[in-house]
Amino acid sequence: MGTVTVSIVRFGGSNCDRDAEAALSHLGIDAEIVWHEDGLPAETTGVVLPGGFSYGDYLRAGAMAARSPILDEVREAAADGVPVLGVCNGAQVGCESGLTEGVFTTNRSARFQCEPVYLRVERADTPWTAAYEEGEVIEVPIAHGEGRYEITDERLEELESSGRVLFRYCDADGEVSEAANPNGSKHNVAGVLGEYETVAVLMPHPERATLPDVGGTDGQGILRGFAD
Amino acid sequence: MTAYTATVTVRLKHGVLDPEAETTRHALERLGFDLAALRSADRFEIDLEADSSDEARERAGEMADRLLANPTIHDYDVEVDER
Repeated sequence: MGTVTVSIVRFGGSNCDRDAEAALSHLGIDAEIVWHEDGLPAETTGVVLPGGFSYGDYLRAGAMAARSPILDEVREAAADGVPVLGVCNGAQVGCESGLTEGVFTTNRSARFQCEPVYLRVERADTPWTAAYEEGEVIEVPIAHGEGRYEITDERLEELESSGRVLFRYCDADGEVSEAANPNGSKHNVAGVLGEYETVAVLMPHPERATLPDVGGTDGQGILRGFAD
Repeated sequence: MTAYTATVTVRLKHGVLDPEAETTRHALERLGFDLAALRSADRFEIDLEADSSDEARERAGEMADRLLANPTIHDYDVEVDER
């Protein structure tokens, strides 16, 4: 165990919190689950907003959790340089809270989709992608009904030109195409950076692609963003 | 203070894909209905006490701004009636 303690924020309806804990532990990163009403521990050196269905996805996925008091603390921590990673429901929370831009909404298929996808790493010079090469293709699963990335064309252009698109859905060869877009996300966006590159959200589940016993391990590099 | 009902209707902005509405449209067509388009919206009916209908409208608008609507994809309107 290192000296790093990552807080995994559990809301009512979170269900990937223990997966995240197991995956981080496997990488030697100390992590603990924190109930949202208890607030962030002072010694927090990282924050995971985990997957699940916080508040039953009422109103919009992530909308309620994004407005709970602990998110004020998460925003403050992020501004202090504490790394923050939102996965799946945590990505929806991240966007609803303004940590990241845009919104993840109903899949083009209008269905819940649970399947492995390929992602192209758009940048390798962030804490979340330092383990990869730019343009590398990794395989990570998705499991969501509301993962379609929506944002205005103007804001998307700004995100792209400022290098804040971190992952795009692609095929096995790394080609970003409509056929490889599982949910209708604009420009195949699967994950983005926030205002700081220490803040990232993505719909695919790196914690489900970390333990060798349960399949691929391509997601490990993303979680290693907490190890720096 | 007067009792009002503020009705907030939240719609997807023009041009934002609405897969649930599309699915509903297909289902109606399967039932034999003929329709050109279908849009869905969320409607919130908020009972509140306020000094004036303007105040009731303003407070309901704040609720929409802060929670009920997401400005990235939604427009909304507010109607206020005495209850």
